[in-house]
Amino acid sequence: MSKREPLARGSEWNFELLQDYEREIARLAEKYRLDTYPNQIEVISSEQMMDAYAATGMPVGYHHWSYGKHFLKVQQAYKRGQMGLAYELVINSNPCIAYLMEENTLMMQVLVMAHASYGHNSFFKNNYLFRTWTDAEGIIDYLVFARQYVSECEERYGIDAVETLLDACHALQTHGVDRYKRPRPLSAQEERERQQEREAILQQQVNDLWRTLPNMNPEKELEANRHQRFPSEPQENLLYFVEKHAPLLEPWQRELVRIVRKIAQYFYPQRQTQVMNEGWATFWHYTLMNDLYDEGLVDEGFILEFLQSHTSVVMQPDYDSPFYSGINPYALGFAIYTDIKRICQNPTEEDKRWFPDLAGADWLDTLHWAMRDFKDESFIQQFLSPKVIRDLHLFAVVDDDRESQYEISAIHDDSGYREVRQTLSEQYNLSLRDPNIQVWEAHLRGDRSLTLRHVRQNRRNLAEPTLEVLRHLHTLWGFPVKLESWDGNEKISELHWPLAEEKEQA
Amino acid sequence: MGYFIDRRPNGKNKSTVNRQRFLRRYRKHIRKAVNEAVKKRSITDMERGEEVSIPDRDISEPVFQQGKAGRKNVVHPGNKKFNQGDRVDRPPNAGGGGGGSGSGASQDGSGEDEFAFTLTRDEFMDFLFDDLELPNLVRKELTETDETRPVHGGIVRQGTPSRLHVVRSMRSAYARRLAMGSGIKRELKECEAALAEEEAKETALRNPLRIRELEEAIEQLQKRLAAIPYLDDEDLRYRHMKQQPVPATQAVMLCIMDVSGSMTERHKELAKRFFLLLYLFLERSYKKVELVFIRHHTTAREVGEEEFFYSRETGGTIVSSALKLASSILEARYPASRWNAYIAQASDGDNWDDDSDICAEWMTKKLMPRVSYFAYVEITPHAHQALWEAYTEIQTAFPDNFAMRQFYEPSEIYPVFRELFQKERSS
Repeated sequence: MSKREPLARGSEWNFELLQDYEREIARLAEKYRLDTYPNQIEVISSEQMMDAYAATGMPVGYHHWSYGKHFLKVQQAYKRGQMGLAYELVINSNPCIAYLMEENTLMMQVLVMAHASYGHNSFFKNNYLFRTWTDAEGIIDYLVFARQYVSECEERYGIDAVETLLDACHALQTHGVDRYKRPRPLSAQEERERQQEREAILQQQVNDLWRTLPNMNPEKELEANRHQRFPSEPQENLLYFVEKHAPLLEPWQRELVRIVRKIAQYFYPQRQTQVMNEGWATFWHYTLMNDLYDEGLVDEGFILEFLQSHTSVVMQPDYDSPFYSGINPYALGFAIYTDIKRICQNPTEEDKRWFPDLAGADWLDTLHWAMRDFKDESFIQQFLSPKVIRDLHLFAVVDDDRESQYEISAIHDDSGYREVRQTLSEQYNLSLRDPNIQVWEAHLRGDRSLTLRHVRQNRRNLAEPTLEVLRHLHTLWGFPVKLESWDGNEKISELHWPLAEEKEQA
Repeated sequence: MGYFIDRRPNGKNKSTVNRQRFLRRYRKHIRKAVNEAVKKRSITDMERGEEVSIPDRDISEPVFQQGKAGRKNVVHPGNKKFNQGDRVDRPPNAGGGGGGSGSGASQDGSGEDEFAFTLTRDEFMDFLFDDLELPNLVRKELTETDETRPVHGGIVRQGTPSRLHVVRSMRSAYARRLAMGSGIKRELKECEAALAEEEAKETALRNPLRIRELEEAIEQLQKRLAAIPYLDDEDLRYRHMKQQPVPATQAVMLCIMDVSGSMTERHKELAKRFFLLLYLFLERSYKKVELVFIRHHTTAREVGEEEFFYSRETGGTIVSSALKLASSILEARYPASRWNAYIAQASDGDNWDDDSDICAEWMTKKLMPRVSYFAYVEITPHAHQALWEAYTEIQTAFPDNFAMRQFYEPSEIYPVFRELFQKERSS
């Protein structure tokens, strides 16, 4: 350890100090080849942090009561001291915006810079999901466009009309993303320019679809109808389907559907990479802070305060602890990245058997690869090592409603590693976590009703609010909506909205 | 590399609109909570926020979610005693097995949770007034903080001509003239002395060149002295005015209510709104407002607020008993020289027949000359009785400071005070 003087002592911060530390972190980060967007670091008060929180971190957003609800929730919890405000909030944009809270100590500010401005930032810039699915350049402009558009609509069509529509869209948000198709990059400019044009064209297309004038060649049409279901393939993106094909929506309503859909799509990668993203940021703040200490740039008090805070971040309560609320993504991600480094540097016999390619490889290359080309499910599938399973004492439980008891299906032993890994990986598979619901058929010629199909996995049913969601879908579609639940080839149940129709059929 | 921005001065109320949207959406729930609060609170204690709870299920945002049934395979941390193949009993209230940080878990729980938040004072008042259907102007008056009055706050260099302080301005002009001129005057004196000395010499010894020089210098200095402005912009001083809260006089408000058997809970609640409104109004106008509660059936008694609103009595009604008590209280404790008196009376209109005349007489002679305003409400959907007749006469006699009204809905209360508020605004 060198005998250099620390940049500062004590816990007071000021802008010069922050700049000094930021420079040092940037220098270290470059050594580790952390490739980031330029950093924009904003100092805010705790009230502003609550505002930012309520807007899911977005610096601008359209107005909606649900954000108000979120804000009240945060405020109440904060006032009662049930919740410390999380000390980091970072936005996937270019430049990458991170917030520092003024109340924090110097150590916290440095920690947040390392964690958010270098950890998350480099993840946003390099992970393949973010690269293909989100557009850091355009997001802020797009949000500004969305907010303006929504408030224009409110002025023209009334707050209630807009609210009803947004409520309905929000209910379908989880099923408003393309899981496989790459979306077009967002561009506020383009959106604005093409929005008018699009309104007209969209409406025309919908009109074509729902044309009621008799066809000149009725026989042929009948023939075609008998064999053709619309859509010909089931559609997974409900909001997209509504935007393009709902018969009664006004052009501005379609545009609102589109806005909600675009924003949901923007957030989708974040939901898919929680463990990886948090683990990556945690790994780097840990590494960078320790480097600062090794170079003598921070003193003992600083590093002790850091270690305490770091420990609580990566704390994983056991399943039987009163504080247990699922697996802590920080803890799991940090453990996996740290273990990858260990496997590369000091592989054991077991590691050589499990990870022949990793053992002895360059750890930094491997780590970057593990960050770049995976999402949570594949990341766990690929890198969850027996050692991490042992350290965390992971075990898999089968909860079958046909059995009276839980069954422990695997624990941290030789016969269980693979199953634990498989199960945990599936747990992070969003397409398994969200129920599989697709648009099955829109009756073009009949009653214009819309049929959705839910495919059950492992006999998982749909939770209670489903009918409520159907009501919202009905608001958008305008005609009766039906949801069928299928298990294999067997239809289990059918839900309708409006409810009155149920009587007719019974 | 990175650059820093201090956003703290940006203001913190970015969520205000969203908060208002939330309140707007759940106004029904909130109004209910506000009404409850009004019932529970003292009249003098209306102006603060209120904790409001809304059942979670009413504000949930539904999405498609996996239900509880079926076969789930979940990984948990912290195994201590389990082996593969072990079977364990379900925990009594198996929470969601969502795992990870899924949002799935929270929804499964019991639906009894409440979403609680705090209304600010302003929001509370807003909802309160909403119910009473107050016009905006009045609403604003009631929520406005203390009135202020401009008072002298020293002397400043900037201001409007009307506030010019002449003496101070002249004084500083004089000082400036002294300061600017003293150097010149000193030089002038020296020159004059030198000139005198020169001229005092023998004619032959005089230096004409020197004399001319001195004379020129003297002329120059005199010009400069004359050029010093008598009054300059920077001499001007103004009286500074600053806003100070008005220390208004004090008022006493007498609440009179009939508590005979015919007055139900609903009557009393409506009456409470009525009293409340007058109190809020008075509180705006006076620094100090004292409340006196008088309840009566056949006899009148002064009581505390709690008893006033919430204990029941039975029996007939003699209104004049309360009026007598009111005037004796005013006489004894609230001399007219120091107290403005306001009376608010609520009843369901019942009175003993021959008593109404006594009331009218008592009012005209004793009370009306003494009070600033008398507001009477009859809370009944039915036809008027003798008391109303008697009071109608009083209204014709004292149109400026007597108001009466019959109502049965909270929204009808405000018109009782319309004239009072209007008068106040125009003055």
